[in-house]
Parts: sequence; structure tokens; C-alpha cells
Amino acid sequence: MLAVRKLDVAYGQSQVIRGLDMDVGHNEIVAVLGRNGMGKTTLFKALMGILPARGGQVAIDSIDVTAMAPHRRVENGIAYVPQGRMIFPSLTVRENIETGLETAREKKIPDDIYGLFPVLFEMRNRKGGNLSGGQQQQLAIARALVSEPRVLLLDEPTEGIQPSIIKDIARVLKEIRKMRELTIIVSEQVLHFALDVADRIAVIERGAIVYEGARGEVDAAHVSRYLAV
Amino acid sequence: MFEGYTASEIGAIFAMQGFAGLSLFCVFLLMALGLAIIFGQMQVINMAHGEFLTIGAYSTYLMSVVAEKHAPWLMDYYFFLAIALGFVVAFAIGWLVEFSLIRFLYKRPLDTLLATWGLSLIMQQGFRSMFGAREVSPTLPEWLLGSWQLSDTIEIPINGLLVVGVTAVLTLAVFFLLFRSRWGLKVRATTQNRVMAEAAGINTARVDRNTFALGCGIAGVAGAVFTTIASTGPTSGSLYIVDTFLVVVFGGAASLFGTIASAFSIAQAQSILEFFINGSMAKVITLAIVIGILMLRPEGLFASRVRK
Ligand SMILES: Nc1ncnc2c1ncn2[C@@H]1O[C@H](COP(=O)(O)OP(=O)(O)O)[C@@H](O)[C@H]1O
Ligand SMILES: [Mg+2]
Repeated sequence: MLAVRKLDVAYGQSQVIRGLDMDVGHNEIVAVLGRNGMGKTTLFKALMGILPARGGQVAIDSIDVTAMAPHRRVENGIAYVPQGRMIFPSLTVRENIETGLETAREKKIPDDIYGLFPVLFEMRNRKGGNLSGGQQQQLAIARALVSEPRVLLLDEPTEGIQPSIIKDIARVLKEIRKMRELTIIVSEQVLHFALDVADRIAVIERGAIVYEGARGEVDAAHVSRYLAV
Repeated sequence: MFEGYTASEIGAIFAMQGFAGLSLFCVFLLMALGLAIIFGQMQVINMAHGEFLTIGAYSTYLMSVVAEKHAPWLMDYYFFLAIALGFVVAFAIGWLVEFSLIRFLYKRPLDTLLATWGLSLIMQQGFRSMFGAREVSPTLPEWLLGSWQLSDTIEIPINGLLVVGVTAVLTLAVFFLLFRSRWGLKVRATTQNRVMAEAAGINTARVDRNTFALGCGIAGVAGAVFTTIASTGPTSGSLYIVDTFLVVVFGGAASLFGTIASAFSIAQAQSILEFFINGSMAKVITLAIVIGILMLRPEGLFASRVRK
């Protein structure tokens, strides 16, 4: 589904992603785990086309997207929920969701979105900037989902969010996958959330994947050692 | 400067110059609207914006020549077609300019300033080679030149009313487009967070191009309106660019209401002062007042307070 080959990404002189390889299958949920500063956000930005790849390749369903602008990648089925949510603060909740409709066949928010996130329906006429962190996170996921993606990238969705809403988000992710075919890549610093939602876990350290394992067979103590500060 | 006039005469002069100032107000407002839309969207200060006014003015002139020569039956109505033509031609040229020049300079604001200034000189030279250095005027239909006698001393020029109508309709249309249409949603999303808009699937390069073209198209309509108050020469537009910047800065760049109020007060001040003293003195006094107010309120009269 998503294939990353020998990906290099750098900010000026400092290379952050170094020859990273990763494969994610159809309908799979993979959690990318790693401490702060290990390159999760940089990897996601490169997958999205926000940062250029200095070397290597990114392909979706064997379509090479390495040179494509972000909006072209959205057309090809990637959707992005960035770290920090990046809600449009002075657009209403409804307008925020509508920005994701560009690649949708119908330019209308499907009902099931509000079914997944009832709070967004209640708040639909409020400004995005007035929502709480947890609500903004749900809004960012909704905005990504309406583009009808095949691959969803979620960058640290639980960062700075109350435990009750984290549970909600985990439930929603599993629900979405029951409703439609969707591959999800989610970055995390917290192992138990990853073990709750993901089929497979990949640990990133200094810009490369250093450990991988399916949920049933990961050695939690071993992975924790990568995440300890 | 008021000696020798009775109070009622002064009242009538204010009213008449006020109505005469309406056309100037419309030109200012449309120009400022276009400039502000472009600046708001991509932080580009278009020094060639005045030349798009000139394009609209020459389009109106051409339309009138064509109507006079080939379709006299059109003479009464050609002005409406000229407004549309001014918009379409300025929009198309603006689109090409964005595509071939501006889009390469987005990350370099100073270069954009220089490049658009250079462009304005090139365009002026282009006008000179095409239409000659002499000023031209379209033949306006008779009904447009008439006026409407409100009282013994006050007459309202019909063309003033017409351009106010056109400007109101266009301003409302732009407002509707920006705040009620899907295209406007894309513009606002891009303005607020370009990277996220692009990552949400919006083709921000295309949004930029169309926004730039729209701003130029509005200047084209300002050009059509302009022909009702002055004749058109190669540098007509560039004479307005300073006033337009003044309007935008005075109004507080981000506020539509501020732009309207500021265009109105500057146009009226100039028009009324012009009656009593000569034109360039009127400009100097207006400028001095505006600078004075800006020293007290550097953000402009109506700076929006919701900025982060
Ligand atoms: N805009 C930037 N310019 C330069 N270096 C950056 C920039 N953003 C991140 N980095 C560096 O890249 C590395 C990886 O950062 P990031 O991808 O944000 O990690 P993570 O998301 O895993 O916390 C860090 O060392 C960080 O300092
Ligand atoms: Mg990060």
C-alpha cells in the first residue's frame, strides 16, 4: 500500500531522516514510536510532500508520489492530521471540515462524519480556534477523513489531550477501519496507546526504523527501553 | 478659503462636489479592494496595479470606438459591455502575469516589489506603443452625461449614480465570493495556513493565480469607471497607485469596512478641497491629514483587533 524506500530528508545541512525503509499493508494500522526529536514529524511531512525528499522514494499503491505537491498526494489518497492539529482558527468547524472536500466526489460533508464525532455537529458554527484541544483533534481527523483517503497519517494525536478523549480517538480509529478500507500510520510516544490501536509497531531512532514487531509479539519491555528518556 | 460664499452656497458646493467625489470614491474603492485581496492572499504588493486600471480604461475606449464605428445601435448600452470587457481583459492579463512572473517570487517580497514596478513600466510603454502618448476618451452615451436636478443648486450626475451602483454590486459580489462560495473558503484557508491548506488537498498555487487575476480584474472595472471622470493616457493608472496605497493603509489593510470608509473619506476630502484650491494643493492637504491620523493610529483607522 505505502512503500518508503531509502528516504533521506534534511533541513539545510542537518539530515534528519536517514535511508528510512518502511512498508505498510492494505488496511493495516502501524504505530511509529520514538522519543521527541527522533524524526517522526519530519517523516510524516516528507510523506505528505511538505518537506522534499533529498533522496529515496515514496509510493502509494505503486504510484510514485515522491515529486508530487501535497495536494496531488491528497488526490492520490493520502490524508494528514498534523502534530498540533493545525485547525484554521477563524474558519467555522463546518468550514474547517469542508476544506478537506477538495478531492471528494461530493462537495458535501457526509453524515457519518458527524456520527463519528457528535461534538463537531454541536459546534459546527463555532470558530475552529475556540475549540478545546481534544475537539480540535477530532476536527483535524474529520477534515482528513472527508477527503476519502486510503492512507491516513496521524502525527502524535494523543499529545496534550485528556485520557478520556484519547480513549475516544482510539475507539474512532478502530470504528473507521470497520466502516471502510483504510491504512493508518500513527506516530506516538506512548506505548500503551500504540498497543491498543496498532497491528504493528515500528520504532524510529535518529531517522531510521530500528525495531519492528506485530502487536502480539512485541516485547513491551524492550520497546520501552527505546522510549525511555 | 470660504470667504465670499454664503452658508447655503457652501452647503450646495459640498453636496455637489460630494456627488462628483462619488466616482473618485468608486475608483479608489475598487482599486483598494483588488490590491488588498492580492496582498491579503499572498503578501504581494502589486506595483503594477495601476496599469490594470489603465487596461480597463483602454478596453472601455476600444469598446466605444467599435460601437461608434460598427454598431451605432449599441452606443446607448456599450458601457455595460465595456465594464465586463475591462474585467475580462484585466483578469486574463493578471492571470498570465501571475503565471509567468509573480509565482516565481513568492518567497522574495522585495523582488516582487521590484519586479511589479518593472512590469508597470513595461506595461506603460506597451500602452504608449499601442495607443500613442495622447490621452483618449471614450464617447460616453448621452444619458450617462446628464444629471438629475435635485434642487435649484444641487445636481446629481447620472454617471456618478451608475458607477456607485456598479461598485456596490461588484463589492457585494466579491464579498459573497469570499465568504459564501467554495472558492472563497479555499482562499481563506490558504490565507490562514498555506501549508495546511495544501495538505488538506487545496491546490494553493491555483488559488493564488485566480486571486491575483481577480484583483486585477477588479482594477479593470475601476478603469471603466475611471473613464467617466478623466481621459485615459499611458500613465493614468500609475497616478492612482499612491492614492490607492493610501486608502489601504489608512483603512487598516485587513478590514473591508475600513477600506470602504477610508476610500470614501479620502475621495471626498480631495473632491471638496479641489473646488476651493487647486488639485495638487488638495492632494497635499489630504496627504497631510492622513499622515497625521496614521501617526495617532499606526494600524489604520479600522485595524481588526482579532489578529494574533
Ligand atoms: N524546521 C526545522 N529546522 C531544523 N531542524 C529541525 C526542524 N524541525 C525539526 N528539526 C530537527 O529534526 C529532528 C527531528 O525532529 P522531529 O521530526 O520534529 O521529531 P519528532 O517529531 O520525532 O519529535 C530534531 O532534531 C529537530 O531538532
Ligand atoms: Mg513530532
